[in-house]
Amino acid sequence: MTALLPAPAADVDAVARNRVRRASRRRVVVTVLAVLVVVTFVTTLMVGRTFYPLGDVVRVVLGERVPGASFTVGRLRLPRGVLAVVAGLCFGLGGVTFQTMLRNPLASPDVIGISSGASAAAVVGIVIFSLDGTAVSTIAVAAALGVAVLIYGLAFKGGVAGTRLILIGIGVGAMLTSVINYVLTKAGQWDYQEALRWLTGSLNGTTWTAVLPALVALLVLAPVLLGQAKNLSALQLGDDAAAALGVRVERTRLIAIVTAVGLVAFATAACGPIAFVSFLAGPIAARIVGPHGSLLVPAALVGALLVLVADLVGQFAFDTRFPVGVVTGVLGAPYLIYLIIRTNRAGGSL
Amino acid sequence: MTATHTLTAQDLTLGYGERTVIEGLDLAVPAGAITAIVGANASGKSTLLRSMSRLLAPRAGQVLLDGRAVHRMPAKELARTLGLLPQSPLAPEGITVADLVGRGRHPHQGIFSRWSREDDAAVAAALEATQTTELAERAVDELSGGQRQRVWIAMALAQQTDLLLLDEPTTFLDVSHQIEVLDLLTDLNRRRGTTIVMVLHDLNLAARYADHLVALESGRIHAAGDPSAVLTEDCVRAVFGLDSRVIVDPVSGKPLMLPIGRHHAEAPVPAEA
Amino acid sequence: MTSVLPVPTPDAATRRRPGSGRLLWLLVVLAVLALLSVASVAIGSRGVGWSDIWSALGGSSETIEEAAVTKRIPRTVLAVLVGSALGLAGAVMQGVTRNPLADPGVLGINMGASLAVVAGLAWFGLFTATSRIFVAVAGAALAAVFVYAVGALGRGGPTPLKLALAGAATSAALTSFITAIALPRGDIAANVQSFQVGGVGGATFDNLTPVLPFLAVGLVISLLSARGLNSLALGDELAAGLGERVAVARGVAALGSVLLCGAATAVAGPIWFVGLVVPHLCRLLVGVDHRWLLPFSALAGASLLVASDVIGRIVARPSELDVGIITALVGAPFFIAVVRRQRVREL
Repeated sequence: MTALLPAPAADVDAVARNRVRRASRRRVVVTVLAVLVVVTFVTTLMVGRTFYPLGDVVRVVLGERVPGASFTVGRLRLPRGVLAVVAGLCFGLGGVTFQTMLRNPLASPDVIGISSGASAAAVVGIVIFSLDGTAVSTIAVAAALGVAVLIYGLAFKGGVAGTRLILIGIGVGAMLTSVINYVLTKAGQWDYQEALRWLTGSLNGTTWTAVLPALVALLVLAPVLLGQAKNLSALQLGDDAAAALGVRVERTRLIAIVTAVGLVAFATAACGPIAFVSFLAGPIAARIVGPHGSLLVPAALVGALLVLVADLVGQFAFDTRFPVGVVTGVLGAPYLIYLIIRTNRAGGSL
Repeated sequence: MTATHTLTAQDLTLGYGERTVIEGLDLAVPAGAITAIVGANASGKSTLLRSMSRLLAPRAGQVLLDGRAVHRMPAKELARTLGLLPQSPLAPEGITVADLVGRGRHPHQGIFSRWSREDDAAVAAALEATQTTELAERAVDELSGGQRQRVWIAMALAQQTDLLLLDEPTTFLDVSHQIEVLDLLTDLNRRRGTTIVMVLHDLNLAARYADHLVALESGRIHAAGDPSAVLTEDCVRAVFGLDSRVIVDPVSGKPLMLPIGRHHAEAPVPAEA
Repeated sequence: MTSVLPVPTPDAATRRRPGSGRLLWLLVVLAVLALLSVASVAIGSRGVGWSDIWSALGGSSETIEEAAVTKRIPRTVLAVLVGSALGLAGAVMQGVTRNPLADPGVLGINMGASLAVVAGLAWFGLFTATSRIFVAVAGAALAAVFVYAVGALGRGGPTPLKLALAGAATSAALTSFITAIALPRGDIAANVQSFQVGGVGGATFDNLTPVLPFLAVGLVISLLSARGLNSLALGDELAAGLGERVAVARGVAALGSVLLCGAATAVAGPIWFVGLVVPHLCRLLVGVDHRWLLPFSALAGASLLVASDVIGRIVARPSELDVGIITALVGAPFFIAVVRRQRVREL
């Protein structure tokens, strides 16, 4: 090993001090986000047409029978809240993985067609084959993976260039959206509520049967993805630089794609492609934590928080109850405007 | 300290898709020296460098590091011995210099291992060696081209490899920054014995800074060896298709190539003394 | 800006395709359009005979067959108008942005028009056809400016990649806005559906007349911008060096295309990919001179949309497929093929 002249101890201390400072900022942010997620989650269990105090909610969660609350909280609000958290975590993880891997803040799975793959399959399954529950999840996941493979294959031309992958994803996504539209018109009566679920995402009428597959997927896939966190960070430096650092680029990319697609697909199968959560979570997390260290955990928490808050807003802020996906979708526009303003000021890159 | 690693290419054939770029090439990189690879555009310089650092799998033949084929070595193990600075690495937006240099520690860390005092020391030493200690907390985006290139070299140094491969480390730099970077690499080589292999565009700078010059011509080695022996008028004609005069550089005593071109040459060109 | 099309210069194209060849192609395209229009009147979920068509053209609608034909005539006219508007708008947009992937659908401009119309319906009770078109054009213009601004961010200017991403993201956001507006308003839900999938069914002469002035103005402006687009194709600096007022040329051309696709969306809803596919095919036929490319794109766009409409009526018998779905299914593979042909650096 080449021994560089050792730096003075003071310099080493300075390097260590600054690193610890950056790491502690990240820890503080993650902790605050986690607390916010828990608080919002508990709030969603308490509020609604009837308010139940914290004590009742805790007792229901612990399995006690509380008249009224057992049904409203245990059967209605709890699965809905759990799915909001699970889906938010899945979308946040999946989105930031794609954005990191493709080095583009606009390249999230919902923009490049992966979510539409899951949606289209779910719609076809429900409308044409009258499937439900696990069967819908299964085909949605299979379709999302299939679409990812298709996009990857179409983008392959002596290697896969990120730009080509993104553009082909947009094209495939447009086609799938028209498939969704077609199937929904085919359903005879244009069922607007059902259409909304699969076009923008909704948590209305969530049951435990819908939550379970997504929860299992999260518990299995998230650790795999977190194991790749350092390799993904290295990929930000470019494929060649990452390979020079000893990252097996293609293997990392494959694992990341499969797990991220899996997470997004299971979540989509449960509640539709809640618009823009995977698109927004990563950049918001990056703004808060700064560009240091892996964004996976902060982005996942931001995703969960986004879904929880958007669902609260959608349910209670207006006269009409809006599905969560409409609220998050509308959030996307100001974010794009913000991107313009910030980039114009900083002269940075997209 | 003298590095003793040997890096060789044996009967190496490389290509992309249908196109073969390099065919049947043999090359031995002298340990502890600076090797520069020169050649015309599309002569396969970068391709060769990419393959020597495992980035491009050979069609035939192999690249051997201490007798082991690099394409079959575990990626991290190789990355602890051999570093590469690619032509245009990307700095994540907003990242600070110290953090970027710290990324060079990747091959020394396990998936869940914590950051050690050794890592901090390696980063501090790399910053020191490239004179970027003062820049440590600045954002990479704000730096000048020369500073940025030093930071990237610092990242490669933090990797603490005995061999360092660089793909055109001086592109997009003005002349003073080019000299600064090449002087830095020479320091590394002379003081720490790091074996350096770099692709360079500028023939004269390559001849001045290299101990060993490799001239590539359409995927084959036209000549390799001491710059004074390699950089001749015949060689420039064969490799670049350019008539030139080669004189002795009054500054360094190394060969200096002067292109002739169709204008401005005072005819007749006197023969070499 | 690095997104110049990898196509031969106008000069080279001229040498390869003499004027007579172009005239021949012009006749071919006109003939195809005429044939398709006849087919569009003759073919549908209900079979009709030639005698029915003749009597329907004569104004009779006594039998069911004649009535079906009477309904198909305005529908065909609408498909021709909308198709030519979108084909032309796509060609102009690809010229203005020097971007081979520009399309009113891909860039989210159609969705801008849709959102504006839905908002007009829900909040201002804009039910008259003319006001609807004004609103649609304004929405299209806003969306165009917005997407261009987002896509031009950062290094390298508006590359195809960034424009397409900005368009896709903006479309998604606009779709959510449409939903947010329409959801509380069951009374306009049916109208809203037609603004999420483009279609030309149900057209009558009464509801397509108001759009004619808009299309006519858009057509004239777009065709007049051909010379400016030829200069712009050489890059802004070179165009300015040739004496072109770059900002004016670009603004005028953009106005023409926005008028066209705004008006088209107002009557037919958002239709993807016609504006993308048509100019590429036409470039193969007549080269890159916009003075030829633009009129050809209009005619070919009309042919494509009429053909898609006919296909939509045949494949799903006895019901019908909206034309917007057919163009998406046909256009997306084409889009992918175009992406694959480009070199990565140009994206």
